[in-house]
Amino acid sequence: MTFPTRMTVIVGSEYVRSDPAILADYAVDGCIPVEVAMPSSAAQVAEIVRHAASEQLPVIATGARTKTGIGNVPRGYHYAVDTSRMNRVVAYDPGDLTLSVEPGVTLAKLAEVLAEHKQFLPLAVAFTDKATIGGTIASGVDSPLRHFYGTARDFLLGAEFVTGDGVLAKSGGRVVKNVTGYDMHKLMIGSLGTLGIITRLNFKTFPLPTGVRNWEVQFASLDGALSFRNRITTSHLAPLTVEIMNSEAAGFAGGHQTSGVGGARWTVACGFAGSREVTARYETELNRLAGECAAVARVVADGDDPQKGLVRSRCDYVDSALKANPSATIVKAGVLPSQLAMAIRAAEDAAAKNRLRLAVNARSVGVIYFVFLAGEERGAARSAVLRACAELQGACGALGGQATIPWCPAEWKSGLKVWGPERSDLSEMKKLKNAFDPSGILSPGRFVGDI
Amino acid sequence: MVALTGAETRDYSRFVIARELRRDTLMATPLLDDLKSLLGVDSVLHRPEELLLYEYDGSVETARPTCVVFPRNTQDVVKIVKLANRYNVPIVGRGAGTGLSGGALARRGGIVIGFSKMNRILNVDIENQQATVQPGVVNSDLSAAVAHAGLHFAPDPSSQRACTIGGNVAENSGGPHTLAYGVTANHVLSLEMVLPTGELVRIGNAALDSPGYDLPGLFVGSEGTLALVTEITVKLTPLPESVRTLLAIFETLDDATETVVDITSGGITPAACEMLDGWTLRAVEAYVHAGFPLDCAAVLLLEVDGTCELAGESAEAVAEICRAHHAREVRVAKDAQERDLLWKGRKNAFGAVGRLSPTYYVQDGVIPRTKLPATLRKIDEIGKKYGFQIGNIFHAGDGNLHPLILFDARDAEQFRRVLAASDEIIQFCIDMGGSITGEHGVGMEKDRLMPMMFTDAELEVMSRIRDAFNPGGLLNPEKIFPSKKGCGEIRSRPLTANGVARA
Repeated sequence: MTFPTRMTVIVGSEYVRSDPAILADYAVDGCIPVEVAMPSSAAQVAEIVRHAASEQLPVIATGARTKTGIGNVPRGYHYAVDTSRMNRVVAYDPGDLTLSVEPGVTLAKLAEVLAEHKQFLPLAVAFTDKATIGGTIASGVDSPLRHFYGTARDFLLGAEFVTGDGVLAKSGGRVVKNVTGYDMHKLMIGSLGTLGIITRLNFKTFPLPTGVRNWEVQFASLDGALSFRNRITTSHLAPLTVEIMNSEAAGFAGGHQTSGVGGARWTVACGFAGSREVTARYETELNRLAGECAAVARVVADGDDPQKGLVRSRCDYVDSALKANPSATIVKAGVLPSQLAMAIRAAEDAAAKNRLRLAVNARSVGVIYFVFLAGEERGAARSAVLRACAELQGACGALGGQATIPWCPAEWKSGLKVWGPERSDLSEMKKLKNAFDPSGILSPGRFVGDI
Repeated sequence: MVALTGAETRDYSRFVIARELRRDTLMATPLLDDLKSLLGVDSVLHRPEELLLYEYDGSVETARPTCVVFPRNTQDVVKIVKLANRYNVPIVGRGAGTGLSGGALARRGGIVIGFSKMNRILNVDIENQQATVQPGVVNSDLSAAVAHAGLHFAPDPSSQRACTIGGNVAENSGGPHTLAYGVTANHVLSLEMVLPTGELVRIGNAALDSPGYDLPGLFVGSEGTLALVTEITVKLTPLPESVRTLLAIFETLDDATETVVDITSGGITPAACEMLDGWTLRAVEAYVHAGFPLDCAAVLLLEVDGTCELAGESAEAVAEICRAHHAREVRVAKDAQERDLLWKGRKNAFGAVGRLSPTYYVQDGVIPRTKLPATLRKIDEIGKKYGFQIGNIFHAGDGNLHPLILFDARDAEQFRRVLAASDEIIQFCIDMGGSITGEHGVGMEKDRLMPMMFTDAELEVMSRIRDAFNPGGLLNPEKIFPSKKGCGEIRSRPLTANGVARA
């Protein structure tokens, strides 16, 4: 029998966990909380945060805990706020294509609800099987579908959240066009819960495209693959996805067995949708463009759901890489599309110099996921990976872009700059942090610049 | 009069002419001397007759600045802001002054910074489909400059031939084609800006996914209350291979609105879906001669685009839905000239209405699109109740309404009733789950309505953000946030030039 804590008063004792075995499940980079609270409402979240703020106890909000490895090691961690009980679809107006959900709704559940009305959210993100919508937004993970649909900031209409001093606030709304007040909800995307704990998210939904077709075109060289990419983006075609990957990445991404055929080392995967007439045009044009770029093989697969099939296997890329090799270190780079080749070559150089294997999965828009894979011996691997990461981050910075390290073994983080070099707008970010979380209890230290 | 949530007592303080702030315009202050030596005598306006134009924007508000200055570059802006800090006077940024909520007006007097001399396109990067511009670049000039490469800047407010990209950034402007292409915030990658403290900062990056908070997401649409933007990097969007423009003509308003509901819920996203009611149509036709029918209840101006195959298919699908809702006729523009004429009618509509009435008041409410039929019926009812002619011309596909209430502002009693009618429309939008402004901004026009949307605690969180970047409140004071109640002097609105507004 333990003493009733403040958490048991707020959420009820059956929704508080303090058993060490369970607490270990909530670890963030090896840090373990003292208590887990499972609130059922925004009001309870606000009460938890007010209590934590008054006691200066750090709080980390969690969903399905699939992406807690992103960011710096937390400076402190007392309460885990598990949002899994806040899992209601609060409102869904299929006719208006708008949706309002609590953060604990899983992407799988959401997809099911929306599919009933032939709609979806274009978030084919890593860990799609388990992830919650709250964690997906808070971690800011992107999706191959961004090529066509953009990222969450393009379709998040509003949010409700609890600030670090326990104020329940909202911004935006539930209509598709709205400029009333500051767009605070956009700040919730990718901020790892450092500004607020999300309690509600409003989205614009999209009609599920029909007649989805996916193409994989193989090239012997990166130049061939990128030249195909350039031809697609300057054509009148508007594909749903365009990604470039090397053979190592194609392995993780469930690529087709044509990898290696005719010396193929690079694959451009491209998805499109529409009626027979519309996709026939795509096929004709893509065939012509592939021919111009000396493609060595082509594969087409059909499937009506962009979140299944080939797109699905590519959004599992991160999961598969981590599963195959727990010390896989993933570098996410952002560069101008015209610099894709330079950034990829820099990564190849860094890998070769440090005797690492390298998987490359580049989104056509200029966002690249590199995976550095070391051999068996973890001690030697560490220093090789750290060097390769630093070299690649330096190269991306020199191109005017940036590279972060969203996934790596937690114990390696002390030797890495997971968010890259210090940013010139860091003081602006700190001003925001201070406005939202004056006592600094929300996910302390995990974000850019140790925010 | 309707009861407004959180605004039970009508607050007319915004109509009070702040006479104490006017007095300083008569002074040859050291501030003016400093500004003149910084920018040159020609770049500082301060005589009453010079300031007259800058008392106005496209809204019904007015406010006279102390002076208007025209910086040539970012360093000028930094120096102006530092001077303003030294003399403790307000600063307000201004583009072309086409805004519809008083965002660019100097509500507390002070220095208006006009960006018309900072109007250079600094860089066009065709390969990466982006451009970097100064804030004074006119919206349509950028599209014209990149058209040769098959690109354009997608946000297209109706005032796009006058309004500036700096103003678009401040207001997060929309336009007819934002239905498919998104508003300004969806197209801004990075900003260079001068904070009210005089610091120069750059946020975001031309390369995607720069780590950290989405600062551009916050600053775009902050209505010039957080920073003065001095450089903007935007995405450019490929022009579609094929565009089909349709005009669907309806005998009843309900048929037209229900068509919009069915198009939306049917999963078709047209590039644009605009509605004009019969009364507005007749006003527009008399002015523009676009060939609009004079005897119908409403038309939908619809545009679909994409590859030839997709545009053709979508046009047929849209036309089918129109016909299912008893469209009398669905015309398809035969060529670019016909298309331009239809759009000219739409984009000059406010000007056309201005010919018919000494004044009109434009609302900007938003509703869920499924509520369109009920809302238009309600607006009609409200017009009858208050005895005003209300025209409707709006972005139907977004549920973004623009009821135009015609009245004579010289009559103070009419002005009072117009506000009451307008508030009743806005209250209905909110009751439907909507919003008080879709694209015009809160500015000084709707600050008093903010409590209808947000609790005091929520406004307090927003004000913390403002205070974090604009700690002295020098930048664009008394905007967005509800201001304290005043003594209630009603001004009769002076007549403005017609047709300056945008939709």
